[in-house]
Amino acid sequence: MTTETLEPVAAPASPQHGRGNRKQARRNTLIGWTFILPNFLGFLAFTLIPVIAAFALSFMEWTSFTAPRWVGLENFQRMFQSDTFWVALRNTVAYALGHVPLTMALALLLAMLLNRKLKGIGFFRVAIFFPYITSLVAVAVVWNMLFSPDSGPINQFLNSIGIAETPGWTSSSDWAMPAVIITSVWRDMGYYMVLYLAGLQAIPSELYEAAEVDGASAWQRFWNVTIPSLRPTTFFVVVMLTVSSFKVFDLIVVMTNGGPGRSTTVLSQLIYQEGIGEGKFGYSSAISLVLFLIVLTVTVLQFKIQQRRER
Amino acid sequence: MTNMAEDLKAEAPFAGTGLAVTPEDRRRTQRKRSTRERKARTTDVVIYAVLAALVVALMVPFIWMVSSSLKENNQVLTVPIQWVPTEFVWSNYSDIWTRIPMMGYLQNSLYLAVIITCLQVLTGSLAAYGFSKVRFPGRDVLFLAYIGTIAVPWQAYMVPQYIMMQNLGLTNSFNALILLQAFGAFGVFLMRQYYMTIPDELCEAARIDGLSEYGIWARVILPLSKPALASLALLTFVNTWNDYMGPFIYLTSNRLWTVQLGLRSFVGQFDAEYAMIMTGSVISVIPILLIFLVGQRYFIQGIATSGMKG
Repeated sequence: MTTETLEPVAAPASPQHGRGNRKQARRNTLIGWTFILPNFLGFLAFTLIPVIAAFALSFMEWTSFTAPRWVGLENFQRMFQSDTFWVALRNTVAYALGHVPLTMALALLLAMLLNRKLKGIGFFRVAIFFPYITSLVAVAVVWNMLFSPDSGPINQFLNSIGIAETPGWTSSSDWAMPAVIITSVWRDMGYYMVLYLAGLQAIPSELYEAAEVDGASAWQRFWNVTIPSLRPTTFFVVVMLTVSSFKVFDLIVVMTNGGPGRSTTVLSQLIYQEGIGEGKFGYSSAISLVLFLIVLTVTVLQFKIQQRRER
Repeated sequence: MTNMAEDLKAEAPFAGTGLAVTPEDRRRTQRKRSTRERKARTTDVVIYAVLAALVVALMVPFIWMVSSSLKENNQVLTVPIQWVPTEFVWSNYSDIWTRIPMMGYLQNSLYLAVIITCLQVLTGSLAAYGFSKVRFPGRDVLFLAYIGTIAVPWQAYMVPQYIMMQNLGLTNSFNALILLQAFGAFGVFLMRQYYMTIPDELCEAARIDGLSEYGIWARVILPLSKPALASLALLTFVNTWNDYMGPFIYLTSNRLWTVQLGLRSFVGQFDAEYAMIMTGSVISVIPILLIFLVGQRYFIQGIATSGMKG
């Protein structure tokens, strides 16, 4: 292939003006759009418009039986007075508080263990990653059985290490959320381990060598070399984990369906129940907006914290 | 072995600091090296043992799943736990096809996954070319809209999507799921990230050689982006195969159900059929396992590209 710097025939259009270039720019626009259009039509109709509609709907009253009507903030007032909303919000936050730190810590631990050049290390990495792409229904079904209160393997194990009063897990309203969190941590840590592995492999080995020469212990090297060098990865992992925690949906639906009682009902599920289950389109969109704002706030907040740390 | 060699290299500069190396010195360092080597080998063994124990512990749910799928119902939840079935009940694997319409479920899942994957890869790579290799006004604003929607949780707009599908009369049909999932912003994003790493000079050279933009896409970019295409295809296929909420919302009649829906409904109806439930779970996971074993490299690469460069 030739690499002479001739005038490009099509893109990119040079910033110089002239009739030829303007014609060129118009042609580029046309060509660009033909590439984007097949995807864009679907994206516009089934993602972009629904996103915008969700905003608008949250200020309307609209059910399957009534015509849409503008009601301002009424949906939000009703939501903030609804007990179920607060229960769902509290459960979602509880899930996030368990899921984020546990997954992060275990993913980092696994990545550090697996970040070495050993024969067959790839097998271990792949095995630990596999739960992440296993179907959620299978995961939920197996864990539900493992958590089975009477003769489930987990409670048998707890018995064998001397715990007589074993938890009721998914059949107890106190233990259902921890059971869900354990399952999701097991499922997700392989994914974040991959991200941490990439981060660890980007740390120059000279840093460790220098620290060793200075007489730093393994623990000191971890705190003063590994952790600071991993800061960008950690930031990304925390954002991704927090956002995904607030979106938790299918795992809950399959594993506990919000129960027992309302002990594991989360925001996404409430949106589904109100909007698709009961046809309260406006009200459910108001909950959607709250979910979106939480996710957005968490992301922006973490960006701010990251920026301050870097300064 | 390699990390040991590195250790030794790191140590070398300090072996005979400043002084001329005497034979005695050399002998001493040799002795030191061999103890170090032995030590390194023992650490290797310890690490292998730790890793093996860890992987087995983490794989317990899978081990349990496979073992239970080969048992009688009353042998699944026993005290103490039977890790290996006393008698292998292979008939579970032949009975399940008549107990539930498993074959139909598998076909439905396969149909959806193949169609959605093809559309997503095709439209995604086309759009990514437009976003990365053709320059035109408004392009970057448009791409921002794509990125922006990735940040919005899909649960936040599933209700408007549902209303739309209801009005189009598409609920309870595969078309609803295909339309909703085949034009995702994620595919465009992933492919664009990859295309950005392909130097523009290649496209320019092809332009000079007289290829049209479509020709460049088909004959220069596509062949170069095989790894990214594989990543996107595998990720999309697995996501669609595993998807529960989409089919749960849109597919109501049994003949349209996917493996995930069929399995969930089986659990709901016959919750004491422990062994058969596990058999169904194993069958639902096997296709994913096979795909993963063939293309694990692309999964990991896909995650690294979409994750870290974003």
